Amino acid sequence: MTPAFSFVSFGLAITLSPLLLGVIQKTKAFFAGREGAPLMQPYFDFVKLFRKGGVYSRTTSWVFWAGPIANLAAALLSLTFVPLGRIPAPAAFPGDVFMVAYSLSLGRFLMVLAALDTGSAFEGMGASREVRFSLLAEPVFFVSVLTLAVVTQGASLSEIYGTLPRHMVHQGISTIWLAGGAVALVLLVENARIPVDDPTTHLELTMIHEAMVLDHGGIDIGFVQYGAALKLWMFSALVAGAFFPFSSARPFLEVMGGIGGVFAVAVAVGIVESSMARLRLIRVPQLILLAGVLALMALLWAAR
Amino acid sequence: MTGIVDFLIVLLLLTNLRILGSSRIPACISAVALQGVLLAVILVSLSSEPLWGGTAAFALLLLAVKGVVLPWLLRRAMRDASVTREVEPFVDFSTLLLLGGGLMGLSFLIARPLQVSAPPSTEKGLLPSAFFTLLTGLLVIITRRKALTQVLGYLTMENGVYLFGVSQAIREPLLIELGILLDVMAAVFVMGIVLFQINREFDHIDTDRLSVLKE
Repeated sequence: MTPAFSFVSFGLAITLSPLLLGVIQKTKAFFAGREGAPLMQPYFDFVKLFRKGGVYSRTTSWVFWAGPIANLAAALLSLTFVPLGRIPAPAAFPGDVFMVAYSLSLGRFLMVLAALDTGSAFEGMGASREVRFSLLAEPVFFVSVLTLAVVTQGASLSEIYGTLPRHMVHQGISTIWLAGGAVALVLLVENARIPVDDPTTHLELTMIHEAMVLDHGGIDIGFVQYGAALKLWMFSALVAGAFFPFSSARPFLEVMGGIGGVFAVAVAVGIVESSMARLRLIRVPQLILLAGVLALMALLWAAR
Repeated sequence: MTGIVDFLIVLLLLTNLRILGSSRIPACISAVALQGVLLAVILVSLSSEPLWGGTAAFALLLLAVKGVVLPWLLRRAMRDASVTREVEPFVDFSTLLLLGGGLMGLSFLIARPLQVSAPPSTEKGLLPSAFFTLLTGLLVIITRRKALTQVLGYLTMENGVYLFGVSQAIREPLLIELGILLDVMAAVFVMGIVLFQINREFDHIDTDRLSVLKE
C-alpha cells in the first residue's frame, strides 16, 4: 500500500472528525424522536468559535491559554500513529501505542494544569475526576492492545491492525472482539461519553470533562473541542479496526471501509447514549474494572 | 467449526462474569439459563461425527432441563420468597469482579499441565473455562447471603463440572450424565421448596442469620 493513502487517511481524520460528533448527535436525536441539529453543526460551531477571541481572567497566567493548544498538538501527534482500518498510519515504530497513550496523557495533564490555573473549585473537581478515571482506563487500554499484539505478533499499531484479518482465521474472532470490546469501553471513558459522563449536562456537580474546561471560552474552547473530536476519531478507528477485521486488495475500498467503520462506531456510541443513563460516579470504576476483566480474558484466551 | 465453539465458550465465560457482577437475581437466573443453553449447543457443535441420535437427545434434554425447567423453578422460588436483589454480599461487587479476573488467570494456569494429557482434538479453551465456571460457582456460594443466589452458585458449579466432563471424555458415558442431570433437577426442586419454607418461617432467606439460631 502506498504511503500516499496513509496521508489521505490522516487528512480525512482531520477534516471528518467533527462530523463524528454530528453523527452521534443525529443518532441521539433520532432515538429521541427529534429532528436534531444538522449533521454539519459541529463545523458551524468550530467556524464560529475559531473566529472569536478569548476572554482571560486576571488570575490566570499563560498556562491557561497554552493548555488547549498543547492538548490539540498532542492529539495531532497521537493521530499520526493511529491506523485507519488496514491503512497504516503516516508514522509507526515498535511500541508506538505507548507514544499514542502518553501523548494523549500529556495533553490531558496540560489541560489539568490549565484548569487548576483558574483557581476555581469546580475546575479542580472536574480535573480530579478526569485524572482518576483515565488513570484507571490506561492499563485496560494497554492490556487490550497487548492482546492484539499477541494475536498478530506485531509491534507497532499499524503492523498490528494491518495483519489482523490474516490472524483472525486461525486465532478466531472471539479474542479480537473481546479486546475490541474492552477498547470500546475505554473509548466511552476517555471521551466522556454517557455511561461515564454526560457531555450535554448543565450541572457542574455531575460533570467530569466539561467541568474541567468550564472557564475556557471562544477560540480556546474551540481548540479543546477539536482536540476531543480528534481523540474520538482515534479511539473509534481503533475500535472499528478490531471489530471489523476485514481487508480488501483495493486501497480505495480500504479507505472507504475504514471510514465506514469509524462512523459505525459513532452510531453505536449514539445508540448507547440514547439507551443508557449515566452511571453514578462511584459506579464508574466498576465499569472500568469490567473492561479490565474483559481485556484480561482476551489476553488469557489469546495465550491459551 | 472451531471458531464457533470458541465463540460459544467465550460467551459462557461472559455469563460467568455476569453472574459474579450482577446484584439482580433475575439477571443471574437468566445468565444461568443461558449457560445451560450454551452447554447444549457446545455439546452438539463438539461432536465431530454426524450427529448421533443419543447425543442429540441428550442435548435436547439438557436444553430443556437447564435452559427451561430449572430457571422456571428458580423464578417461581424467587417470586414466592419475594427477593429480587442481593442487597449486600459479603464482598462487594467490584472486588468480586477483580477476584473473578484472578480466578480466570488461575484456571488458565492450572489447566495448562492438564492440556497435555487431554485428547489432542479437544478445544484448548474448554478446560480452563470449565475450571473458571466451577470456581465462579464456588465464589458465588461463599460470598452471597441469599439462599437463592447460593442455589444459583451451585448450578453454575455444576455447569463447570459438566463442561469438564465434556472436555475430557470424547465418548461420554451418557447414562452417568443423565443420572447427574436428574440429581441436579431433584436437588434444585427440593431447594426451591426449602427456600419457600425458610422464607415462610423467618420472613427472609439470609443464610448468615440462620447460623446463629439456637434453642
